[in-house]
Amino acid sequence: MNQLKKKRTPLEVWNIIGLSILLLYVLFLVQPLFNLLKSSVVDNEGGLTLAHFKKFFSQKYYISTLANSFKVSIAVTFFSLLIGVPLAYFYNLYEIRGKKGLEILIILCSMSAPFIGAYAWILLLGRQGLITKTIEAILPITVPRIYGFNGIVLVLVTRLFPLVFLYVSGALKSIDNSLLEASENLGCTGLNRFFKVVMPLCMPSILAAALLVFMRSMADFGTPLLIGEGYRTFPVEIYNQYVGETSVNHNFAAAISVVAILITALVFILQKFLANHYRFSINSLHTIERKKIHGIKNILIHLYAYLLVFISMLPQLYLFYMSFRNTSSSGSVFTKGFSLNSYRIALKRMSSAIPNTLFIGGISVLVVLFLAVLVSYLVVRRRNVVTSTIDSISMLPYIIPGSVVGIALVITFSKQPMVLTGTVTIMIIAMIIRRIPYTIRSSVAILQQIPMSVEEAGISLGASKLYTFFRITVPMMKNGIISGGILSWITIITELSTSIILYTSHTVTLTLSIYIFVVRGTEGPAAAMATILTLFTTISLIIFIKVSDGKEMVM
Amino acid sequence: MSVAITIRNAVKIYGKNIVIPDLSVEIKEGEFFTLLGPSGCGKTTLLRMIAGFNTIEGGEFYFGDKLVNELNPAKRNIGMVFQNYAIFPHLTVRQNVAFGLRTRKLSTEEIRTRTDEFLELMQISEYADRLPEKLSGGQQQRVALARALVIQPDVLLMDEPLSNLDAKLRVEMRSVIKEIQNKLNITTIYVTHDQEEAMAVSDRIAVMNRGVIQQIGSPQVLYQRPANKFVAGFIGKTNIITRALVPQENTSKLLISDSYAIDMPVIHHQERKQVLVSIRPEDFQIVEDTEGMAATVNDSIFLGLMTNYFVTLETGERADIIQESTINSIYSKGSTIRLQVNVEKINVFSEDGAKNLLLEE
Repeated sequence: MNQLKKKRTPLEVWNIIGLSILLLYVLFLVQPLFNLLKSSVVDNEGGLTLAHFKKFFSQKYYISTLANSFKVSIAVTFFSLLIGVPLAYFYNLYEIRGKKGLEILIILCSMSAPFIGAYAWILLLGRQGLITKTIEAILPITVPRIYGFNGIVLVLVTRLFPLVFLYVSGALKSIDNSLLEASENLGCTGLNRFFKVVMPLCMPSILAAALLVFMRSMADFGTPLLIGEGYRTFPVEIYNQYVGETSVNHNFAAAISVVAILITALVFILQKFLANHYRFSINSLHTIERKKIHGIKNILIHLYAYLLVFISMLPQLYLFYMSFRNTSSSGSVFTKGFSLNSYRIALKRMSSAIPNTLFIGGISVLVVLFLAVLVSYLVVRRRNVVTSTIDSISMLPYIIPGSVVGIALVITFSKQPMVLTGTVTIMIIAMIIRRIPYTIRSSVAILQQIPMSVEEAGISLGASKLYTFFRITVPMMKNGIISGGILSWITIITELSTSIILYTSHTVTLTLSIYIFVVRGTEGPAAAMATILTLFTTISLIIFIKVSDGKEMVM
Repeated sequence: MSVAITIRNAVKIYGKNIVIPDLSVEIKEGEFFTLLGPSGCGKTTLLRMIAGFNTIEGGEFYFGDKLVNELNPAKRNIGMVFQNYAIFPHLTVRQNVAFGLRTRKLSTEEIRTRTDEFLELMQISEYADRLPEKLSGGQQQRVALARALVIQPDVLLMDEPLSNLDAKLRVEMRSVIKEIQNKLNITTIYVTHDQEEAMAVSDRIAVMNRGVIQQIGSPQVLYQRPANKFVAGFIGKTNIITRALVPQENTSKLLISDSYAIDMPVIHHQERKQVLVSIRPEDFQIVEDTEGMAATVNDSIFLGLMTNYFVTLETGERADIIQESTINSIYSKGSTIRLQVNVEKINVFSEDGAKNLLLEE
């Protein structure tokens, strides 16, 4: 037998890239989280204490914010599934008129910042709301109020059910038609087939969607802040403890944040555990063909789909209408007739909002894409200790609520040696951290579709590793990368919970400016800015659909 | 220029799994050499070690006199054809073929003429400006071959290149491959699990099992004088029966049945022992004679030129027999026939099946 040589790891170009990325993660993610943890266990004098956690768990009020968040998240997840799964089923199995447009509208519903929806719903169904007043003027009944639990759930469900729709649609597209035919052939049809065949086949996607919806509703902070009134959820509590008017306690905010992370981590693990029970792969040769149906069923399905989209789009439509109403010169009172006053006022007072949005969003997207492509390549093609670590760390932001990311960054970068608070840089860093897990996931999915042998072909023809990567791999990923980039762009420009903690008057973005106008009670300009934002997202979405060409959407 | 390849004591280990324990082989310059074996036998692993895509845990790999163990795959000057072709989908056929020439920084003019030459050779000039997704499997295969050959590699490596094609195209493409290889006279290492394909294209074949080369030889040698039971069963069909070998003066007698024994003059043994006898279906003869072993016909399939019989021997074993079809002479189910064997063509293995007693000494 011959001597076995231990293969040494050469310092090749991908190892250097891997180490550099790991360093970036340590600097901008691990370190801030560590500082957050540290600050949750020290008192004002800097001594070690668990007092903040004790305070949280011993007072009924704080516990109730946690319980409220849970109630909201569970209700939102439940209703989103209840609405989204049938919608996806109808959409993919039956012929629906105008289905392409319908899909765009469904996706569009999910793409506005939730607090804008909350605000518009208040305008419609609040105490002075248009619908409330109209109904109560005609009928002798009291319309149930939108504030509190009901309102939060309504707003979040109308925004989050599209995620369920997209995930389940993706799963349905991968089911082979023959499976449905086989079940029909064996006498299992209709509802029976839905529960016995279709649902189990979609289970991995349903669980993934449920997790995403749960996380988003748990972390959402703008909606309960505006529409919750007395109903406090704990992202709001974190925010109040951090920047609140009454009692500011950074260490306590940090402690609540730590609790929040632990809870979301637990939910994440639970979901992974459940998802492991539903693992299988389907070889789909023939995708499901949409069937034409007739009569009352057909009408009901159309009614269901279009009514749902109409209700979900209502806030945006109403704000669109409001943005063109005439206002007083201050912008806070509507007067008779229509004008572009709101736009004039909005653009004058927040002149930097659009450039800021373009700049922060643009740079963030470019960096996110650049890093995500490199990370996905390392994770898929170069498995080792370093890249596995990067893989795990890169998923951290997925389970960390946005406001917590904001607080962790402020704690870390408000002192020497790196003072970044108040700068555009910290906003960009925050957006990158928030968005990168999703883009990495989608890039990984794309890369896994590309056989390794294509790269080996490049190398065997004499090309270097980097040359092969940029000439072969990246061009093959191109469409996926661009569509991933557009999605990132849309989520970044509608982001609120992190940026609200980090912004200063120099770094106000479109979304922030809407929030500021809403809080100040200047409704016209708020509606105008919201309409501009909707325009941005709509255009981006249309470009996305053109580029992705019917491929699946990974949110 | 074409080179000889020498591999000495190659070792491949994945984790704790020893895939190739100790393998040596010499491949001659300009030879069409095939690695043949069932899936998981290590043939693709070995090919990828030669290409430089797998690490080498032990042993030496030489291209000519040059040790290539640590040489970057990009610098080995190999042409490789992958199982899934690995055509670059975002480049046109021409750009695919020219890729390797570009990385070699040749002049635009030279790239053009050489690309044209190979597009012509592989008869794909008319698709030069199309994207590969528009091409059929066979055409993609031609692009992959042109791309691998245009760089004038020292060695051509092919990893199950025909396995994604339908049966008819497979036969067509294997003659294309053989023809091109003959024309360019390039050292070629070809991996396949299809023994018929291997026999059709190869100068020599190495039959592999569990990381070990069982036998190296021409298709004819492998078929007629397999080195062990595994090769006998893997190349073509055979019937293996256990029988006694009895020493005689200067010869040995093989007891096929109580009434039928044959002389094996080439085998000399001192004592009686059990051996494995490998008889291919065509090496049985159905005879009207009284001498021979009795068998009962269970079923028969008429294949046209040949007729296939499934029989139970008088000793209880089942056997496959193939005979040239004759008019009016299909033996019916349940009928009893008498069999003799073609002494020249049968093979006798040691009881454990590890060696062919006819190849000893």
